[in-house]
Parts: sequence; structure tokens; C-alpha cells
Amino acid sequence: MTYDAHFRVWRGDTDAGDLQDYIVEVNDGEVVLDVIHRLQATQTPDLAVRWNCKAGKCGSCSAEINGRPRLLCMTRMNNFGADETVTVTPMRAFPVVRDLVTDVSFNYTKAQQIPAFAPPVGVAPGDYRMAQVDVERSQEFRKCIECFLCQDTCHVVRDHEENKQAFAGPRFLMRISELDMHPLDSRDRKLEAQDRHGLGYCNITKCCTEVCPEGIHITDNALIPLKERVADRKYDPLVWLGSKIFRRGSSTGGARTPGA
Amino acid sequence: MASSGGTGVRAPGRASIGVRTLRTDRWWAAPLATFGFLFGWVVYATVRVCLHSDYWVAKYHYLTPFYSPCLTKSCTPDSALFGRPLPRFPIIIPFAIVSLVFLLGFRMTCYYYRKAYYRSFWAAPPACAVAEPHRRYSGETRFPLVIQNSHRYFFYLAALVALVNTIDLIDSFTQGLGLGNIIMLINVVGLWGYSASCHTCRSIMGGRLNHFSEHPVRYRLWGWVSKLNGYHMQLALGTLVTLAVTDAYIALLAAGAFSDLRIIS
Amino acid sequence: MTDLERHDYDVVIIGAGGSGLRAAIEAREQGRRTAIICKSLFGKAHTVMAEGGAAAAMGNANPRDSWQVHFRDTMRGGKFMNNPRMAELHAKEAPDRIWELETYGALFDRTPEGKISQRNFGGHEYPRLAHVGDRTGLELIRTMQQKIVSLQQDDFAATGDYEDNLKVFSECTVTELLKDSSGRIAGVFAYWRETGRFLVFCAPAVVLATGGIGKSFKVTTNSWEYTGDGHALALRAGSTLINMEFVQFHPTGMVWPPSVKGILVTESVRGDGGVLRNDTGSRFMFDYVPDVFRKQYAETEEEADGWYDDPDSNRRPPELLPRDEVARAINSEIKAGHGTEHGGVFLDIATRRSPEFIHKRLPSMYHQFKELADVDITKESMEIGPTCHYVMGGVEVDPDTAAAANVPGLFAAGEVSGGMHGSNRLGGNSLSDLLVFGRRAGSGAAQYLARIGTDRPAVSEDDVTAARNRAVAPFGREGGDNPYSLHQELQQSMNDLVGLIRTAPEMREALSRLQLLKDRAATLTVEGHQQFNPGWHLALDLRNMLLVSECVARAALERQESRGGHTRDDYPTMSAEWRQVNLVCSIAPAGDGIELAHQPLPKMADDLIRLFDRGELSKYLTPAEMAALPVGVQD
Repeated sequence: MTYDAHFRVWRGDTDAGDLQDYIVEVNDGEVVLDVIHRLQATQTPDLAVRWNCKAGKCGSCSAEINGRPRLLCMTRMNNFGADETVTVTPMRAFPVVRDLVTDVSFNYTKAQQIPAFAPPVGVAPGDYRMAQVDVERSQEFRKCIECFLCQDTCHVVRDHEENKQAFAGPRFLMRISELDMHPLDSRDRKLEAQDRHGLGYCNITKCCTEVCPEGIHITDNALIPLKERVADRKYDPLVWLGSKIFRRGSSTGGARTPGA
Repeated sequence: MASSGGTGVRAPGRASIGVRTLRTDRWWAAPLATFGFLFGWVVYATVRVCLHSDYWVAKYHYLTPFYSPCLTKSCTPDSALFGRPLPRFPIIIPFAIVSLVFLLGFRMTCYYYRKAYYRSFWAAPPACAVAEPHRRYSGETRFPLVIQNSHRYFFYLAALVALVNTIDLIDSFTQGLGLGNIIMLINVVGLWGYSASCHTCRSIMGGRLNHFSEHPVRYRLWGWVSKLNGYHMQLALGTLVTLAVTDAYIALLAAGAFSDLRIIS
Repeated sequence: MTDLERHDYDVVIIGAGGSGLRAAIEAREQGRRTAIICKSLFGKAHTVMAEGGAAAAMGNANPRDSWQVHFRDTMRGGKFMNNPRMAELHAKEAPDRIWELETYGALFDRTPEGKISQRNFGGHEYPRLAHVGDRTGLELIRTMQQKIVSLQQDDFAATGDYEDNLKVFSECTVTELLKDSSGRIAGVFAYWRETGRFLVFCAPAVVLATGGIGKSFKVTTNSWEYTGDGHALALRAGSTLINMEFVQFHPTGMVWPPSVKGILVTESVRGDGGVLRNDTGSRFMFDYVPDVFRKQYAETEEEADGWYDDPDSNRRPPELLPRDEVARAINSEIKAGHGTEHGGVFLDIATRRSPEFIHKRLPSMYHQFKELADVDITKESMEIGPTCHYVMGGVEVDPDTAAAANVPGLFAAGEVSGGMHGSNRLGGNSLSDLLVFGRRAGSGAAQYLARIGTDRPAVSEDDVTAARNRAVAPFGREGGDNPYSLHQELQQSMNDLVGLIRTAPEMREALSRLQLLKDRAATLTVEGHQQFNPGWHLALDLRNMLLVSECVARAALERQESRGGHTRDDYPTMSAEWRQVNLVCSIAPAGDGIELAHQPLPKMADDLIRLFDRGELSKYLTPAEMAALPVGVQD
């Protein structure tokens, strides 16, 4: 089936821009990115859009379709009626560069601030032994394709530019969770999750989980367990009392503290 | 960042789109329904606990969970399974004030309810990718919301209350079996399910461990709780229904509106 | 028009896929200031698409595995066209490179003893692929991306600047390599995709890690980045490409819907029990086992099915033949009229494995078919067909240092380099190739720097001006072709005329079309401005694609035999004489044409050749070579 669809695409840059209307051909089995490419090839050769693999594996073509954060390559056109207008805009939590392309450097800055995997001392390469059941939780989080749709939809930064400083966002809190659950990581990450990376800003409204194209249970499996681990350490009065009495001090462990 | 222009999705630098959302679906329906349901339940519960009547069916030992445990001298003596150590309560103060505080605390700090009321009552955010109306947001980083981290203590206390409800149920079985017992049983099973499926329980059972392989029993428990945890929302909302139904049934019985359907007397 | 940004580095790495990142880690760990330049965002490189795993003879699944067995499999897969030294280094070093990833934080699937689990794949005698479900490439990229961040954190702790010694320039495209007057590498010229501003990197060592050329073909597993940039940069800088005729067509790409035609369906589907059937439901692969592999593959379905659980007393199913064999077999079935509705054949795992197994082992395949084709692979067969996947040919390099031929200071690793995989790459050998030779390239560059000491090359300002003028030329023109339509014509021509099955007349036709396209490309017109303008980016990439396509067509026309990723209808058999010949492409001294030369294939060392028996060698070698075998080769 081939039909002409009504598309509204945001065109513009940092200074100004608006939604522009296009009538464009759609064929059977196509996804929104195909239609955007057809626009490029036939009507708007300079329409800026980021994409790579076109198979939902690289997480480049993140945008918002009818107001919902989605991958352009994984949104099939048969989600929409033939008479429905399809509105495509760039992600609205990040500064726009041009058209559908946004400046996602916020995410790379945050990635730099999360302390890296701390290898166990005295275990030679090749001698790592980990049980499958022990790596499975972190493996789920490592399915992340870094499309940053969770970062885009999270109201903590989407609606509050000023929180970008203090809040790492779901993707990178999940990264902390991944490392904290890693069976051989030798760093304790609980306190820094709360104190340096803004875990407390998360009010678990689950939008990150809703938009994740990989179906990762970000909230239930990463963020809430991390909150519970923080509560173990920080909000358990018995532990608090113990640390006051025995002066155990901070237990963040490792020597490096980048991104303080 | 400069404050010229708006904030959030209208902050300078972001794609200039006037509206707070471009969602075309009925995104407001879910928070509205949640709001209506929770609000309605709170009104019902408030009225019921303040009524101070129709909470005990002496003939069958049916005690509504809204009045359990009855620890005040205001209670009908035989409804007070655990004695009446507290003095008389004036009107407005619920007889089960002790357990109600625990239960309220448990549900208020529950991860599911937090999502539900942050979205539907405080619109932070009202729905995904819909701009929230607040100027500032600090989440659960500071007082009072930092108290949400106390969920685990309320979990222990709520488990105690569920135990009390279970004892009430067992007590009712000493008088035979009727529709009332069955309703109470469904409610108690639901309450245990809700408590056991809670995220704190999941963490305590095994989630806090990094080496499941060294703790096979806790790994199993964690696995079960994780499965149950997938239904936490359904259990959270479902038990509100069973609580209200149990209470209403017992209230109507106590008021003599109809008589219990007895299977074994 | 725009001002010029300048940077000084010791090593510039072009490409942030597996080999580029591994090279960067090595160069930085050897104390060199390193820049990584990549066309996409950091962490999006095509390596993420690799699904099955990374081959390394760790012996976790079968203790009989060793580097010697891996080496043998690699040579057989490449039909003995491989550079034997590269295949040797690869087989020897792959396990260390995989184990190293664990120290960076990688989480591979585990065996019951807690070691890295290894899976079966086509052409590998034992289960050998370290994997994470079917997203191993993503794990590799993410692990090395995070290792780079970790090195940056070390720098931050020491200097207060994350990017002092190791910086990623993402969404930045290199258009030229710059050389000094003596012909050594002096730096690169590039532009920011976002702003269109130009940059010059002054650096004595440049590592090409740009991947492949698949975007010159219509049906391909490759992403837009695969435009043969590194191949073309090397050629234009005076280096050489070898054996560009060997292009791997992966047997299993999606065929429907049209918009996803070509997208990869991992070989793990077959490694984990999936089988190929034609429209009559027959497992046709049993009819296509070639003589050279007859001894290693099962002849009945019972034996083939028994192999998954008991590989010691059964032979392998023919679905797990090397990729070239399977792709040709599928092509023959389709041509014989036994194809499916959409022009593919069936890949069936639904009737052979439980839904739970499929969800656990092939989660992203399930997801991909569900989302893109609305097919539930736990219930239905997939429709698949051959798709352009990988180029075995590439920059001619020194095996030990990855130094490119003829140009001091230039290095190449990964798909852009040639020789390692011979005429056909085995599945799983790509990811390990990236790690082994990525590291060697980084180390080769560091050693080169130590050698030149303070005698660093200087960039010529004339070259910079020329590079800038070439880059902006498409804006100044009017009335020329649109880059998108030119690209489509190129892809169609290469697909139809230099595809899986080749003939001399078709390739001559391809060459004349390429000449026409080249003429039209010279007058391409681009609309709009330099800021994030995909039309302009494509126009610049097209220049590379046309150059590389010409190499492929020229070499393919020249090689008169069928071997691995090069199948000639008019020369259908393998020729032992042609095995001795590497075809070498270079830029003709006059103009921008391609020159093709014959060069002898490097000899296998005696201890390596003794790993094979005479019977097997006689299928590949000439009588003269057989007569000259060293003592000690078994019968």
C-alpha cells in the first residue's frame, strides 16, 4: 500500500524554527526514518537528521514523534492512520543544533563523571570468574544503546535546565547501578550516587522505563534498587548510629573522585 | 543559564516549540483516573474510620481492617483481640490510629504510589513528555520528601499489621465459614502479596547482594519477589479495592442491611 | 568563509569502532597524546551491529581448542588467501585481548564454572565465540568507550582536564591525509559535521580505522558511515589496497519489508540450531557442501542435529559452512525458483528451539523481527537473503605493526586493512581482528613516534588550502546532480553488476558506468549551507565511494577464478595459480585513475604449514608449491 502522508517536521536552529508541513509518499512496511529520508532525497536535501544503523541498535536517531520520545528507525508508519498528521521534532530536553539534530553533549559530560569500573586488585586477566546469575542484572543495563531518550523524557532535566548540573539522569544512574551490582567491581558507589550524581532527584515516575527502546526496566531494576542500597547505607538509623559511634567515616572507597 | 525566555522545554537553546506537549493521545486520562480513584478511596476511608460504628460483627467475629487492631477503651470489648491498653478516643480519632499510621506511611512511601501521586496529584510530571507546571524541582533530595527513604521501616511495620489482619481472619474462622470470611481471606492474601511484592522487600531478600551464586536461598527468594514485584501496581490498587469491599461488607452486615451468606455455621 | 581550527597530537585515529578505540587505548597507554575522530557520535560506530561474538581460542567450551586450530580454521575460511602472519598473530593474541576486556568491565555470558562462555559459529571447529546474547559488538564498543573514559578520568585526576591526553572529536569527518615534503604523514584535514567548520590536525602518526565500503552497494548490512573513507584516504596518500575483489555477502540479511532489506540476521541463529529451507521446506544446504569441506560436514539431518549436543561423534550441519558457501547456495536456490514470496529463503528456528531458548539467546533478533517486520521468530520462519556485509580487501599493512604500505606514519586496522581474512572472513573473526590489530596499530604508531623522535613532519599550508577548496566546491556549482540520486545509481550498479555472482561483461559495464558517475560527481551540486547538511556530507563521501568501487570492479574483473567472496560465473572454480597472486590497487601516477598490479602472496612459515596435511594442501596449492613443501608436513 502506498499513500501520501501529512508530515510536520520541525525545521530551524538555536535561534528560531517552527513546524513545517510536507506531503510525502509512504510505502508498505516503512518506518518514520524512511519517510524522513525520502523527504531528504526529494524535497529537503539539507534536512538534518542523525542516524546510523537503522535497526534500533545504535541509538542515533532519537527524536520525538507526536510528542513522544522515540527512535525514528523503530517507529513503523502503520502505527498511524493514513489520514493522521505525523509530527516530528528534535528531542526537547537538549539544545537544538539544527532541524532534528540536538546537542547531546550533556550525556557525554555526565558519562565522564561516573567513576569507571574498578578492577579487583590482584586478579590477573583471564582469571576473572563470575557466575551467570551474578552478571545478569548488570547485563540488562548494558543492553543500553545510549539513545538518551530516557534522559530526554526525564522531567528532572527536561523541565528544569538548572538541575542538569546536579543530576546525572536515568542512563547514568543506571550505569552506577550496573557497576554497584558488578560482582567484581571494587568500589562502593552508593553514597556518591546520592551525594554527587543526584539519585535523590529521581521521583520514580517511570517515564525513562516507558520510553526505553531496549525495554530495560530502568526504574524497577536499576534506580529503585540503587535507592534501596543508598537507604541501606545512608538512611538506616542503626547504621548511622554505628558509624557515629565507631567513626567509620565515609566509605566511598577508591582514591579518585573525578567530577566532584 | 540566562533566564530570558522560558524554562524547561522553553529554555533558551532548545527547539522553539510553543506548546508544553505535542502528544496527540489522551495523556491526561491516566493521571485523572488515578486521581479520581485515590481521592475517592481516601474520602471513603476517612468517613469510615471517623464513624466509630458498624466495625464489628460479634456473631461471626468479623472485624473490619479499618479498625484493627482495636486498642482503645472506646472499642467494643470482644472486638479487641489484643486488649484495650489505650484510653477512650474522642470523636474523629480513628480507633485503629496506630495501625493506620503505619499503613498510611507504608503506602505513602511505596514506590508505586509515589509514582502515582507525583503524577496525578502534583503533576510532576503529569505524564511523560508533558511539561510540568512547577518552577523549581528538587525531588527527594531534601526535607520533607527525603523521608521517602524510610520505606523499609514502614515495610516492617506494615508486615506487622498484615499479621494482625491475619489473626483477625483466623479468629473469624473460629465462628464458622461464610462469605465474610472469604472476603477477608482475599483481602489478607492481597495484603501479604502487596507487602511481599514491595521493592524494599525485594532488596532485603537478595537485591542488596552482589553475589547471588553464594546465597542460593536468598537468590530464590529474590527471584520470587521479583516476579511478584512485576505486579506491584496491580496489588497496590487491588488491595485498596479489597480493603474497601471488606470494610463495606462488614459495615453493612453490622448495620443489619443484610445477613451473611453462611456455608458452615 | 570559515576560520580554521588547529590541533596538535601525537597520534590521530580515524574511526571510533572497535579497532579505533583499541588503538587509542594502546597509544594513550604508551604515553602518546591521542585524538579520535569519528563521523558519528562516540559509541555509535558500526561495531555495535556485530551480533554473534568474538572468536578466541580460550578453550572454555572445548579444551581441545588452541590457537593452532583457530589459525587452521581461519586459513580454510579464507581459502588460503590470508596473510599467514596476520592469521597467526590473530589466533595467538585473541584470547588475551578478550580477557583484557574483562579488566575494562566487560560482562560476557558465562560457563557454569564462571569462565567466558563460547558459542558455535560457521567455519569454527569448536565453540569459540565469546558473546553477550546477540549484542556482542555493543558490549565491545561500550566497554572500550568506558575504558577511554576511565583513562580520561586518570588524566583528570592528574591534570584537572579530562581531555588533556585523549580526546574524542565526534561528528567530525576527515577528507584528506596531509603529508610533509618527504612523503611522511603530517596530519589530517577534517570538518565538523555540526557546524561545517574545518580543522587541521598536525600529527606524525595516523591510524585508519574507518571500517568498510558497504554503502556502495544497495543491499547491505552496513550503515551510512561505511563509505570506504579509509580505503580512499590511503590510496590518495599513496598507499595501496590489496584484494579488493573479495567482498563478503552475508548469507542472512532481512529481505522484507523493503525499507529494512539487507539488515543483518546474525549467524548465531544458525549456530544455535536454526536451519535454512527453501519454499518446499527442504534443508537444501546438504546439496551444497563443496569438496574441500566434505570431510568436516554432516551428510544427513540426523547427524547434523546430533552435532549440537555431541560434537565429538557427529559432524557439523552444512548450515554452518563458511559464509561465502552459504550465500552462494541461497542465491542458487532463489535463482532456481525455490525462493520465498519476497525473494529470499526461510531461516527456521521456531520449529527447532523453544521460545524461552530463543528469547534468551537471540533477544535482539526477536526484537528486530517483531518491530521491523512484524514477525514472531519463536512462531514463524524468517525470510532472508544475501546482503553485502564486509570487505576482506583493504589497505596493505605490515602484520606486526599495522603500518600501511609506502606511507611512513600511516597505519590501518580492522576492516579497512587487508590480508587477515584472505578471500572470506569467518564469523566472529572480525571482532577479535579489531582488538588484536587495533592494539598493534596503536603500538605501531607509538613505536613510530619513538623512532622519529623530535624530527616531526610539518603540514604544508598549500595542502590545507587545496583540501578546503575541494571540500567546499559542491556549494559553488549550479545545475549539477543531486548527491542522493547519484548515490542511488552507484549502489544499484554495484549491486547488479559487481555483486555476489560476477561476469566479465557485467563488470566492464560497471566500470563504464563508474566512469560516467565519476564525471557527474565532478559537477555535483549541494543546496543549503555548511551547518549539519547531510547533502553536502554525502557529496564528499561519494568521492571515496566511487574511488573504492572502481578498485573493487577492476580487481574483480582481473581475478579469473572463484574464491571466497569473489564468485565468477565465467570462471567458476578455484585456481591454485591465482592463489599465489595478490591484486594491488594504487592511484595511477597521472590523473585519478586506478592502477592494478600483481604481487605474490606472502609465504606461510614452515611451522604454520605443518599444521595442515598434504591432502588438504593439495586442494589449494600448485604442484610446484606442493613439491616445495618443507619436511614434516603430514600426509
